[in-house]
Amino acid sequence: MPELNIFVCMKVVPKSEEIRVNTETMAIIREGVRSEINPPDMNALEMALSLKDRYGGQVSLLSMGPASFEFYLRVGLSVGADRAYLLSDPQFAGADTLATTYTLAQAIIKLGGGDIILCGDESADGATGQVPAGVAEWLDIGQLSMLTNLELDLTRRVGRGRRDIKGGYEILEVPIPFVVSVQTACNEPRFIDFERKSWAFTEAQVITWNAADLEADIEYIGLRGSPTVVTGLAEAADRDRQHEYIDGTPQEIALKLAGLLEDILESV
Amino acid sequence: MASSFYGVEDQVQAIWVYLEHRDGSLENVSLEMLSEGRVLADQMGWPLVALLLGHSVENLCQDAFIYGADQVWLAEHKLLENFTIEGYTSAIYQIFLQSKPSVVFLGATHDGRDLAGRLAVRLRTGLNADCTGLRIDPDTGVLICEVSGFGGGVLALIEMQTHRPQMATVRPGVFSMRQTTSTPSKTIIRPTFTIEPEDIYTKYIERIEGDYVDLTGSTVLIAGGRGIDGDFQMLDALAQLLNGEIGATRPPVDDGYIERERQIGQTGVVCSPRLTICCGISGAFHFVVGIEKADTVIAINKDPKAPIFDHADYCIVGDVKQIVPKLIDALKTKV
Repeated sequence: MPELNIFVCMKVVPKSEEIRVNTETMAIIREGVRSEINPPDMNALEMALSLKDRYGGQVSLLSMGPASFEFYLRVGLSVGADRAYLLSDPQFAGADTLATTYTLAQAIIKLGGGDIILCGDESADGATGQVPAGVAEWLDIGQLSMLTNLELDLTRRVGRGRRDIKGGYEILEVPIPFVVSVQTACNEPRFIDFERKSWAFTEAQVITWNAADLEADIEYIGLRGSPTVVTGLAEAADRDRQHEYIDGTPQEIALKLAGLLEDILESV
Repeated sequence: MASSFYGVEDQVQAIWVYLEHRDGSLENVSLEMLSEGRVLADQMGWPLVALLLGHSVENLCQDAFIYGADQVWLAEHKLLENFTIEGYTSAIYQIFLQSKPSVVFLGATHDGRDLAGRLAVRLRTGLNADCTGLRIDPDTGVLICEVSGFGGGVLALIEMQTHRPQMATVRPGVFSMRQTTSTPSKTIIRPTFTIEPEDIYTKYIERIEGDYVDLTGSTVLIAGGRGIDGDFQMLDALAQLLNGEIGATRPPVDDGYIERERQIGQTGVVCSPRLTICCGISGAFHFVVGIEKADTVIAINKDPKAPIFDHADYCIVGDVKQIVPKLIDALKTKV
């Protein structure tokens, strides 16, 4: 049986709490904003590494973005991934979900299709959560969404995933190959392995592919392949609140608050 | 740019709403989308069409009419009894190629997001995800979606000029539910589609459903953050006195103190209660987005600089573990 080929789609995002918008240019101010691996993708990587621990195989990281993302792919290699691929081309820029999922799928096809393709459940920046389904559709394979746990039966070539649903859980089974979206915070991502780190940052190769390498149809990539257009951008306006302070000892506060609650809830 | 399977020239002007249902009733988000869709449909003079898939679900059409649908496209099949991504995507794809809707809304739920993600790619069209505002340009019929990113800190307006359908997933709890006052035509259409057992490859092995609380409908919400050190019993005592529900920020949920369905904010539930009491919550904006629609916000936090006070009507700087028990006593005395 050929060894398991596991992919993790990884995005590098600006730290949400540091983001501001230039209201004149309607552009996101990225200067001075630190980046990080999209936190949910670390849960996807952890699930991939635990699959590898249990069933063997290779874990490959796949990311689309500028050359500066290479650093983060090396972080992923330090944590435990075996290979890293960076899809980098100015023509990929400005991609919406349709173009992004096409590009990722195109890379996976070029790499032989893969067995299990894992994604975080959403990205911290765009938070669309639509990438896993889109990738699965381009690859025309099954998917298991919002998983908290995944087991494989390699004899029957199926994956069995567990996910939380309203007030309970369900267990679903699909044939390999398939795409997984991993429930954020469902596991504890392992730390950087310091022995791997020196390998990851010196010897390990991050393979960079451009649109031509991917044999991508340029009608489907980047801004050109993106049907949606951002026509406005703003910082979310805070709702006006009264900001009235209630002071005193805990006892005094409790009494004032009880009176206040009575007034507020009278009409409910 | 590659074009979608159908475009502006051959679209049929209508607003379509995909109805999600569970245990024999429509999900709130479906009713919310119908209510908002009714408003948009009236503005545009377009029909509001509900799309219902399942097995023996015709009885749900009535609710769709009550919330404003002019038509229900009803796709019933034994193989559609359980939601499977491949079965539902295939059936809806076939229906859309017949009906060519200009605008389609789906709930931004787990299944809705998967379905929308699949359908958009299959139809080679764009998708606006997790929308919090919807508008249609009266001159062009272009759908303008408001979405938030970066934990709710940034709002963007997104539209699509050439590709159809204009698909959007809509965040639950954002729009209110309104029964219609007009009398829609109440037509049920049964489209033809084919689906074979071998098309379905997702298998349900086990499904355990329990009681579930939907915080989107609560009127009083007592929310706890890191500062309560997992003591949700204390908050529950307060909630019971006020006929409220308890909610939480993300850390206590991640730490296993409370169920994920009670998580409020960007990656949780967006609530619009009459009153929210935030206990030991610092006020990171991915939480605050979940209480932005509350009528009144009371915040209790030890740290006078906690950002939650910027989002509160009544601010109390103090130890929540001292104040809440005393508040419970005070409320009990009054009753």
